Amino acid sequence: MPILETIRLEKRFGGIAAAHDVTLAIEQGARHALIGPNGAGKTTVINLLSGVLKPTAGSILLEGRDITALEPHQRVRLGMARTFQINQLFLDLTPLETIGLAVSERLGSGADWWRLVGSKPAVTDEIVEIVERFRLADVMHERTAILPYGKQRLLEIALAFSCRPRVLLLDEPAAGVPEAERQELLATIAALPAEVTVLLIEHDMDLVFSFADRISVLVNGSLFVDGAPEEVARDPRVKAVYLGEELDA
Amino acid sequence: MLTILFDGIAYGMLLFVLACGLSVTLGLMNFINLAHGSFAMAGGYCTVILVNRMGIPFALGLPMAFLATAVLGGLFERTLYVHVYARSHLDQVLFTIGLVFMSVAAIDYTMGSSQQFVQIPEALQGQFDVFGIGMGKYRLLIIVVCGLLTVALQLMLTKTRFGSRLRAAVDDQRVARGLGINVGAVFAITFAFGSGLAGLGGALGAEILGLDPTFPLKYMIYFLIVVTVGGTSSITGPFLASILLGIGDVAGKYYVPKLGAFVIYTIMIVVLLLRPQGLFARSTAR
Amino acid sequence: MSAMVPLADDVSAFLARRARWSPLEIAFWIFAFATIWLFPGKYLIMKDTAILALFALSLDLILGYAGIISLGQAAFFGLAGYFSGLVAKYGIINEPVIALVLSGLVAAALGFVTSFLVLRGSDLTRLMVTLGVSLMLGELANRYSNITGGADGLQGVTIAPILGLLRFDLYGHTSYIYSLIVLFICFVIARRIVYSPFGLSLRSVKGNALRAAAIGIPVKWRLVAIYTVSAGIAGIAGALLTQTTAFCSLDVFSLDRSADLLLVLIIGGTGYLYGGLIGAVIYKFLQDWIASLTPQYWQFWIGLVLVVIVLVGRDRVERWTAALRGAIARLGTRLMARPASLGSAAPDGH
Repeated sequence: MPILETIRLEKRFGGIAAAHDVTLAIEQGARHALIGPNGAGKTTVINLLSGVLKPTAGSILLEGRDITALEPHQRVRLGMARTFQINQLFLDLTPLETIGLAVSERLGSGADWWRLVGSKPAVTDEIVEIVERFRLADVMHERTAILPYGKQRLLEIALAFSCRPRVLLLDEPAAGVPEAERQELLATIAALPAEVTVLLIEHDMDLVFSFADRISVLVNGSLFVDGAPEEVARDPRVKAVYLGEELDA
Repeated sequence: MLTILFDGIAYGMLLFVLACGLSVTLGLMNFINLAHGSFAMAGGYCTVILVNRMGIPFALGLPMAFLATAVLGGLFERTLYVHVYARSHLDQVLFTIGLVFMSVAAIDYTMGSSQQFVQIPEALQGQFDVFGIGMGKYRLLIIVVCGLLTVALQLMLTKTRFGSRLRAAVDDQRVARGLGINVGAVFAITFAFGSGLAGLGGALGAEILGLDPTFPLKYMIYFLIVVTVGGTSSITGPFLASILLGIGDVAGKYYVPKLGAFVIYTIMIVVLLLRPQGLFARSTAR
Repeated sequence: MSAMVPLADDVSAFLARRARWSPLEIAFWIFAFATIWLFPGKYLIMKDTAILALFALSLDLILGYAGIISLGQAAFFGLAGYFSGLVAKYGIINEPVIALVLSGLVAAALGFVTSFLVLRGSDLTRLMVTLGVSLMLGELANRYSNITGGADGLQGVTIAPILGLLRFDLYGHTSYIYSLIVLFICFVIARRIVYSPFGLSLRSVKGNALRAAAIGIPVKWRLVAIYTVSAGIAGIAGALLTQTTAFCSLDVFSLDRSADLLLVLIIGGTGYLYGGLIGAVIYKFLQDWIASLTPQYWQFWIGLVLVVIVLVGRDRVERWTAALRGAIARLGTRLMARPASLGSAAPDGH
């Protein structure tokens, strides 16, 4: 059974269909990339999957369970987390507080108003593990607002990862990251645990082709091509849609 | 009962003239001006001084109150408000509450704290009896004046060039600027005009609403309710909302005297529950 | 792998230290309680300051930590004020502490019910609703003057001795100690809340509600919870006022009260819990001083202060007060070895 499925997903804004008849089936542990020209509707699909937008038609299944009507925070509880194309961070909190928050929430102390943050050793251990995995140890006490963009981007992903999702949706993780910090980011993404299913939106074709085991191409809100990277790279229609150059990687 | 309807409509139209400046300012500049009532109060006291103390005829006193308050509004806008436009809503609230406090204390100091009455000309006192409906002459004047004003406002908005510039700026400030519309000038003129209208409403309403230094505090909530219920993207919204609230308030106070005042509050809460952006607003996100 | 141990130690040490009472805080409270013996002639004004501080604390919880703008804390203040007065007057509850707690619960219930309205819509609707509710309650109190005493206020209230033992005296000695202890207890509770995971989640909601939801936080319910708690604390402040003055009048619901509260928090700063307390002290000083100069037109000067502060820029004022606080805190923590970035006594919510 695919871990994440959409069935004929559609989103209309007035007369415009931002997403139309989108049917995806993503297997557990997959590294699935969603690509397409600007305005194709990729972020709309992520917004639909994560619950920020409600679909006009169609349904979404997570591990076989229909989550179409669920609120975003409920989907997180069921194991789906996402990152945002433009960093959505807590600028006044430090990375330590940010990750600590997400871990506390997940371990059920979110509503705890009496105990102090970090009084449970399980929380502390997890915070440490995530801080290390995402190479944030040297900046973990700084206010997020003053961190360099690359570190912020790492925090963006670390935050979603702290929810220990079974499905992780990454919306253009490499976007805007300066060359010098790119390697760190790509290495971190490549090192994500195998059991986590990843759906990635990206324009950076290096990342897409080195990372993905399956690629879907979205054009004008509809799925255009869906298959293994080699097939997609060879497909002349995809090249035409992208004007060619980027796929010669 | 028709008398109540008549009174309610008069009250509603008065509310509209008082509140429409606030609605436009909010819709145009996204600025919460809680001191709007202070301009109304200024117009009322201005009329008291002109008509009672200086013997100027009532018919002349009204437009003079309008002008004086409009000038006052324009002055305040250029010197004070303009610095606060870009601030957060909390800052705007604090700023305008500060202005309200200052105006209330200033009027108390200069004019005393007792209620003031405008000397209404003989011709406007008493009422007509038409088919058994008692139409107060003064209230009839209010309906006529406010009705004409509403029509004039609507015409100005839809038929004049200034009106179209204003509507453009309300709809999308950045694009309006990009089209070469001098949005700053539109703000200033609109603010002055809205304040002037408030002043005129204050002058007209002194008789019905009661004029004393606490006027801005007492009636602030009514203006806010009109704007909340009516939305800020048209003239018709606040107009209909005012009529609804005017009739609701008058009828409520007549039929259920103990709880009549709550009709307005109840309407507000119900509307906010169902449609947070107002009954008549277009559902465009800001 | 060998680097892991120091990092874990660093993290858990930091988290443990984070909530510890700083020397500055301890000094503050020692001084606060010392005022009982230091200023025996000033009990009345100090008691009023303590009540105002508690009231401001309630607003700081929602404004400084959750980002909810409210002009209507007076609703909870007044409701509990009248409730406590009425139960004392009609002998329904004869022990002040029990009445205090119950009044707080009544106010919290109102807070819970109105929270759903408050959380819908924009800043403007929030202002409207909060203002509207307090004005409505004021109107209700006015209408049912046969119960509430109307414009004359609630008369004939007698407050029994606290715990049956401590009588309220003319000098305000008991009143002040009572108020101060209540303030301290509520402060400790608020402090626990703020340092808890719940408190951290509130700060995240204030910073970025979209992302908070995206990491699994049920934003609406957290806000409902803190709004309810805040209402309860505001109610306790209101009941305190009634109990220590044996009187309650319509002005508990007035806009003035809610506006003054905002001013207190601006003076003191929001988001670090002591803002309401410090702001209340400064505000009371100002009020005392200006009232001795121009008793009748106090409101004018308050208005002027508000206008000037906004024109100067709240964030500029914040920066000055924050810099001052930081300097004092660094002085105070020089005894303990802490990383420089943790210099302030409490999390800076800015």
